[in-house]
Amino acid sequence: MATVNVLVITGYGVNSHLETAHTARLAGADRADVVHFSDLVAARVRLSEYDFLIFPGGFLDGDDLGAAQAAAMRWRYLKDAAGTPLLQHLQDFLDQGKLILGICNGFQLLVKLGLLPALGGVRFERQVSLGHNDSARYEDRWVHLLPNPQSPCVFTKGLPMLAMPVRHGEGKLVPENEDCLRRLQAEQLIALQYVDPDTGKPTQEYPLNPNGSILAVAGLSDPSGRILGLMPHPEAFHHVTNHPAWTRGELDPPGTLLFVNAVRYLRGQ
Amino acid sequence: MLYRMETGPHAGLEDTQGRKTARQLRRALGLAVGGVRQIKVFTVDGLDAAQVRRLLDEGIWHDPILQQASLEPLPLPASGEGPAPDWFVEVSFRPGVTDNEARTARDTAALVLGVPRDSLRVYTAVQYRICNDPAAPLTREQVQALARDLLCNTLIQRFRVKSLEEWRGDPGFAPQAARVTGQANDTVETVPLSRMDDAALLKASRENTWALNLDELHGIRAQFTDPAEIARRTALALPADPTDVEMEVLAQTWSEHCKHKIFAARIDYVDEDTGRHENVDNLYKTCIRDATAILRQRMGANDYCKSVFTDNAGVIAFINGYDACIKVETHNSPSALDPYGGALTGIVGVNRDPMGTGLGAELVCNTDVFCFASPFYDKALPPRLLHPRRVLEGVREGVEHGGNKSGIPTVNGSLVFDERYLGKPLVYCGTVGIIPTQINGRPGWEKKARVDDVIVMTGGRIGKDGIHGATFSSEELHEGSPATAVQIGDPITQRKMYDFILRARDLGLYNAITDNGAGGLSSSVGEMAGDTGGCVLDIARAPLKYDGLRPWEILLSEAQERMTLAVPPDKLAQFMELAARMDVEATALGHFTASGFFEARYGERVVASLPMRFMHDGVPQLELEAVWKAPDTPDIRVEMTGLDARGEAEFLRRMLGRLNICSKEYIIRQYDHEVRGGSVIKPLVGALRDGPADAGVLRPLLESDAGLVIAHGICPKFSDYDTYWMMANAMDEAVRNAVAVGGNPDALAGVDNFCWCDPIWSEKNPDGRYKLAQLVRACKALRQFSLAYGLPCISGKDSMKNDYTGGGERISIPPTVLFSVLGVINNVTCAQTSDFKREGEHIYLLGGTWREMAGSEAADELGLKGGRVPHVDAATALPRYRAINALMGQRAIAACHDCSDGGLAVALAEMCIGGRLGAEVDLDAVPALEDMSRTELLYSESASRLLVSIRPDLAMLLEALGQWQICRRIGTVAGDGHLTLKSGDSVVLREDVEELVRAFKRTLDW
Repeated sequence: MATVNVLVITGYGVNSHLETAHTARLAGADRADVVHFSDLVAARVRLSEYDFLIFPGGFLDGDDLGAAQAAAMRWRYLKDAAGTPLLQHLQDFLDQGKLILGICNGFQLLVKLGLLPALGGVRFERQVSLGHNDSARYEDRWVHLLPNPQSPCVFTKGLPMLAMPVRHGEGKLVPENEDCLRRLQAEQLIALQYVDPDTGKPTQEYPLNPNGSILAVAGLSDPSGRILGLMPHPEAFHHVTNHPAWTRGELDPPGTLLFVNAVRYLRGQ
Repeated sequence: MLYRMETGPHAGLEDTQGRKTARQLRRALGLAVGGVRQIKVFTVDGLDAAQVRRLLDEGIWHDPILQQASLEPLPLPASGEGPAPDWFVEVSFRPGVTDNEARTARDTAALVLGVPRDSLRVYTAVQYRICNDPAAPLTREQVQALARDLLCNTLIQRFRVKSLEEWRGDPGFAPQAARVTGQANDTVETVPLSRMDDAALLKASRENTWALNLDELHGIRAQFTDPAEIARRTALALPADPTDVEMEVLAQTWSEHCKHKIFAARIDYVDEDTGRHENVDNLYKTCIRDATAILRQRMGANDYCKSVFTDNAGVIAFINGYDACIKVETHNSPSALDPYGGALTGIVGVNRDPMGTGLGAELVCNTDVFCFASPFYDKALPPRLLHPRRVLEGVREGVEHGGNKSGIPTVNGSLVFDERYLGKPLVYCGTVGIIPTQINGRPGWEKKARVDDVIVMTGGRIGKDGIHGATFSSEELHEGSPATAVQIGDPITQRKMYDFILRARDLGLYNAITDNGAGGLSSSVGEMAGDTGGCVLDIARAPLKYDGLRPWEILLSEAQERMTLAVPPDKLAQFMELAARMDVEATALGHFTASGFFEARYGERVVASLPMRFMHDGVPQLELEAVWKAPDTPDIRVEMTGLDARGEAEFLRRMLGRLNICSKEYIIRQYDHEVRGGSVIKPLVGALRDGPADAGVLRPLLESDAGLVIAHGICPKFSDYDTYWMMANAMDEAVRNAVAVGGNPDALAGVDNFCWCDPIWSEKNPDGRYKLAQLVRACKALRQFSLAYGLPCISGKDSMKNDYTGGGERISIPPTVLFSVLGVINNVTCAQTSDFKREGEHIYLLGGTWREMAGSEAADELGLKGGRVPHVDAATALPRYRAINALMGQRAIAACHDCSDGGLAVALAEMCIGGRLGAEVDLDAVPALEDMSRTELLYSESASRLLVSIRPDLAMLLEALGQWQICRRIGTVAGDGHLTLKSGDSVVLREDVEELVRAFKRTLDW
């Protein structure tokens, strides 16, 4: 069986790296290393040593210029100490069939880097963005998510309805144009939607849909199914006591499941 | 040449930010506006036209999917796209004010263009395009007023206004750079102390914001006229009189903020009620430090305190090779002037305390408590004061940005309202950290700089920000308070430094660390030099944001996001290399010595040489007078006669809507309370996650089920009656809250934060002696209940001049103590919440109810003053808390909630709200310890009471407890969705829980 080594990137305002790495370990990863972005730039750590790359949540550069915008520019324009553009490393990583997960600020980064949704397999071109919540507020609240069984996404395969928190101010999906939105639907790239737990149906109703995202989009896959980005925080629900009503005996499937699917997929490679 | 780039939402997309601004204008100022569109403006200096064009074309500063951008003013809406704006307001920062987004824009542009960061400057501004409401068009005066009152704080920002007509004649605003134009300045002046008489000394102290009194000035003068000292100074080419650098260092080191002179004073205390005279020599030592020492001795081998009062935060033992530490600070004066910047700086500032404790802690959570006047205040505002709603919003947002962007969860907090906080809002910010018990073979909670260690400053650069913060906060607020006291924090620069520090710590690259807070380098280096007995520091090496600072200003600046470290010479290269790699600025400024002197140079020239002993121990003890006379308050009966069940229900709804009781969900939701993944008890609990939690619980080590509980008590409402009981109630409330969520009452550590009104008598402060007596009494209670509960204080802070004078008015805050507790929970799965869980649970009340209505929410709602203030009986309360804790450990308790603001009725209602369940309660069963009216029974705020519910099959556990404690079943959780209170067979109160929810949420449903 293949080993699964997970790289969780931190630095410049990332703040959910510890629990993300912890959840990856709980999900059965052989190793989950938290690595500072500067160590990639210094070529002290190489992406190629890993199988699963996670961009965790945080406040990259304090959301200045818009969430993850400045970080996207670092990835786009920097070369490592060996002279290789960072984007080349990302491209190589994906060409080897490996997995990328972006959570919250990490999802914003993937979108702004053009790794999601990558319609037509075009990478590194921005096709959608994530704008301010309709409420014009940052909010921390738990939501319910329904995976799209038709999606190519390997992370959400066979998963039930999930519960986990959102903690963001810029999570409303804004596609480049109508055509882009149509293709997201047609190609089943909408991997996760905000749903009303009572009906199990996607909803635009606040606060069940916390940001007013069009088509209740909470997470996107790329056409390969090997890149997932989502606004909610699966790593924030890895222990029974994370659940906001655990003292009432309420229990939903934990966010760890997304990580378990990823590890299982890589083991099967 | 200056270039401007304007970025704004695409014409077809909704402008969420603009809509929010329009809503604020309507709600906060009551102005009719048609709509607002918001544009971000970047002004750049140091690039050529082609470079700026590239930034635009490649979408470096904007998001082409969401935004349009232009080097010309963004076009007005085309016909059919909506109305043209009637007014244009552009708000930008004043020179020298921290502009975080501009820094990110500069760094990003430099990276993309491949030019050095220092070769360009960027300034940001926000342009508001305001459309009139046709029914009530805005006048220019109104637009200027709304710019001043809402869009901009003229202390740190400036604005320009154009009407549509003016815009059409001359579109756009001219580029404007907020550049500080200063020349490098090495001027050091001599302060002719030896030639000053008393009047001149006091005048100099006032004019220079030294905040030194005559005794202290005399002490300093004596030091500098000592012949041996003159000879020593002459040899260093220093004048006999102090340099301005030396005077500023002394004023800062001796400030109330740093030396706590009032707590250290010798106080002549007279109790006029008993005629007793007492000499109190140092309140801090006798009431706080000694109580902790006694408790630690009592605990012997089981002492869980590791480091108390000496370091930046107090440290206790946690579990699995970790210790935990906590620090709580206030940031009141800056928050009064600029609520956003003040509060932001408050939270990122207190983060640096645990970061600089021992060898440096990992930060695990924040706690915030704010005291404001009513946001619905509708009278005229005294000069210079901001409207409480604006203060609330600014503080809320400052802490939101400070906490969220730093990635530290806000797990606990409170809002307290009293009209007197109009004069000075209180902003308490606390941070908890964990430190490995051993780091590279050394205890993690200890630190010590060694001789020859290099003084290294890391983090942000130095500007004029916050100069005189330490001395300014030791003064009352007045109309001429300095704007330099205001700073804006930069959470990301700090986060980068924090990531670096933890790594350097684990590599063993330094021996000691402390933060640069009040007093800046002067304070941090001065303190660390105490480890070795001296230092030599070169001010000229300090990195500056801009030229123009004089040497003393560099030394005293409180520019944020800086830590000072003691790095061994053989580790310096590795330390600096790591810092550079992680994009963190670090500068070696000098080294620690054993010379006995704090020596500062500017280049080769010695500009300060102060004996360490004089600097740290030379401040003369204050001698103060305190006179206590209990206020003459009548006994009152609080009784509403003739109310039927509906009338009682209506009053309960009014109580639930009171500012001190109502739901704070609006604020809580905007704080990240679960980042780091260890959240156990969140601030909002229950079936629909909108019931109030009593305290926060978290699991800081994800591999372990051990937890920390964070709770607090604060009851300034009792201060007008007796601060002794105010303190006792605050401590009891903190313990009670901790116990309510599963905390062990025998494993708690306390943090006391005093915010007082000026307790030193003077002609303009005629009741100073009474205020000091109030302080003495609060401290006596602190000692008494610290010992009685076995609750050691491990850290604390005081803020003493929370008064305002202006427009002929003086406003003093009510004496306020925030008492926070930090405790260990061995297994977090034993924690519990306040919401009723299931129909049929039995409801018990633990603890007796007295007729204690003084200061209560109900008395205030009814406009009554008087009565008895709640007393605390630790001898019965502690066994009760222990018993509940033992039951929590068996998971026998279904819900537990403390009775505090609003008493029994409000606590019951909150448990119903949390569980969305009803309750049926027999008031005749409530253990009342004296004759009282029904209103008093329902709303008395007697201390030490807990309401619990329990599964019927386990109820015998509480029945057994009732054999030796006041613990009585008063009712049953009901499935009918109603709270029903009965007396005998008659229904006293009956209300739909959904109505209670509405009343609870309506007040602050913004």
